[in-house]
Amino acid sequence: MKRFLRDYARSPAAVVGLLLLILVIGMAGTADWFFPRDPLALAGRPLQWPGANPRFWLGTDNSGRDIAAQIFHGARIALLIGLVATSIAVGIGIGIGAVAGYYGGIVDDVLMRVTEAFQTLPNFLLLLVLVSVFGSEMSTVVVAIGVVSWPAPARLTRAEFLSLRSREFVEACRTLGMRDRQIIFREILPNALPPVIVYASVVMAVAILLESALAFLRLSDPNVASWGNLIGLGRDVLRVQWYVSAIPGVAILLTVLAVSLVGQGLNDALNPRLKGR
Amino acid sequence: MRILSLAGRRLAASLPSLLIILIGVFLLLQLAPGDTVDALLAQMGGGGDAATTAELRRFYGLDVSVPVQLGNYLWRLVRLDLGFSAIYGKPVSTVILERLPATLLLMSASLSFAFFFGLLFGVIAARRVNGWQDSVISTLGLLFYATPSFWFGLMAIVLFSVHLQWLPAGGMESIGEGFTGFTRVMDIASHFVLPTLTLGLIFLAIYLRIMRASMLEVLTLDFVRTARAKGLDETRIITRHVLRNAMLPMVTLIGLQAGTMLGGSVVVESVFSLPGLGRLAYEAVVQRDLNTLLGIVFISALLVIAVNFLVDLLYARLDPRIAREGS
Repeated sequence: MKRFLRDYARSPAAVVGLLLLILVIGMAGTADWFFPRDPLALAGRPLQWPGANPRFWLGTDNSGRDIAAQIFHGARIALLIGLVATSIAVGIGIGIGAVAGYYGGIVDDVLMRVTEAFQTLPNFLLLLVLVSVFGSEMSTVVVAIGVVSWPAPARLTRAEFLSLRSREFVEACRTLGMRDRQIIFREILPNALPPVIVYASVVMAVAILLESALAFLRLSDPNVASWGNLIGLGRDVLRVQWYVSAIPGVAILLTVLAVSLVGQGLNDALNPRLKGR
Repeated sequence: MRILSLAGRRLAASLPSLLIILIGVFLLLQLAPGDTVDALLAQMGGGGDAATTAELRRFYGLDVSVPVQLGNYLWRLVRLDLGFSAIYGKPVSTVILERLPATLLLMSASLSFAFFFGLLFGVIAARRVNGWQDSVISTLGLLFYATPSFWFGLMAIVLFSVHLQWLPAGGMESIGEGFTGFTRVMDIASHFVLPTLTLGLIFLAIYLRIMRASMLEVLTLDFVRTARAKGLDETRIITRHVLRNAMLPMVTLIGLQAGTMLGGSVVVESVFSLPGLGRLAYEAVVQRDLNTLLGIVFISALLVIAVNFLVDLLYARLDPRIAREGS
């Protein structure tokens, strides 16, 4: 553990990423404390520039809501979307990848065809279809993002299982008469997990970007303080009050950057051989 | 010929995926509240008595059971008939064909931009690994990767269209100017600069990272040492020996990301109000034009498969071993 921390801290980018991530988590944690009021409630005169009014240090949007409050509460939404959608995607991916990789043969063929089908269909398009069918409440959107993001983790898990399933320790388990389910989850999965966990950071970054794009198009939940919603709103006043769109965009950028830097840092610390790539 | 048969086999292997997509999305859309007739009636201002509604349902083939509808739909697809869009009042294939050129232009421009500069920056970063050029390029790559494309597009509009007034903020060409010939081409090109940058940025970030890693990998291989030992100069080694091998992962990525790019064009076309396929998909969702949405899904899947087919051909050209092993 100590060595892992030292390996991680050796990369400045990974440390910056971790600090940024702590900052975003801190914003999410203190949102209620700094901004106890509903972030979507009317707070003051609309379209005040940042700094113009000491009460709103990031200004107000077109309907007079405090942008700083929306940024802080938005951090919660972004992290929530990232975590839940990623868990769903990685969960489905591990399940399908493990079964396909472990059993091989016709099971593998069928599951891989389905995976390919999902990869052939542009995932944002599938997201649009899902949202238009099931509506755009936050819970639906999060599940939909998870459902369109599983193929890559599934392929990764399958590849790991393919290389692990004929190892000696697996043969030994079979000889001992262990059941398939036990071998898959107790024996092979812990060995296959590290690269999948590292890849989860990519899934999380993409999930946050997908939701913000959806919110920007006004197809996500409008009753939630999502950064994407605010960018979409600011588009109406883009020519003059461009800060309304600019500020939440920076928040998304930094969050996604933090998640990918931490992911890369973990990857480098876990696979020291790949360092310098 | 061998290459063609190999790629053809890959093409045939993608048919089951296509079928899964079509059946899956068709069944999914059955769950959507309201059908084409409801959307049509809503657009006409609601109302419509039971007899008219039933008549319309029969006209659109919605009065039979779902499996029969699915069968009919697939059979019509085989004959390249995508159905009729009640919202636009024309066949779906006509609507899509009108929108396809903008998207194809946007995608190919973004892809060329991302591929060329990704290659260039990747090579520079790998040549000066851990130098300042490498740090700058890698940092930019990370930033570009994390930038939401629609936000970059909006900020580009603020800077280049509103403040500097260099480039138009949206649309495909200036309307009412009556440009022809070369002026028109230049006009369209100026409208595509910002969308191309916006869509291409994230792919540029991905390509330059992959190119850098792949260059570093290939540079350690034995044949590079041999070339150096022969006394070839470094530029020649890079251009003639390393590049061709290092490009392989990038070419693979084009195929893998064709779908992502098509998805990204939905957002970019909305930002710049380009009349493309992606914007059509968005409009179809908002207006509940399910027939058109299904048609777009079909065409998008075909596009992705076509891109992958081309990538296979390119791949086999770059690495002749593939065609030989495949036969």
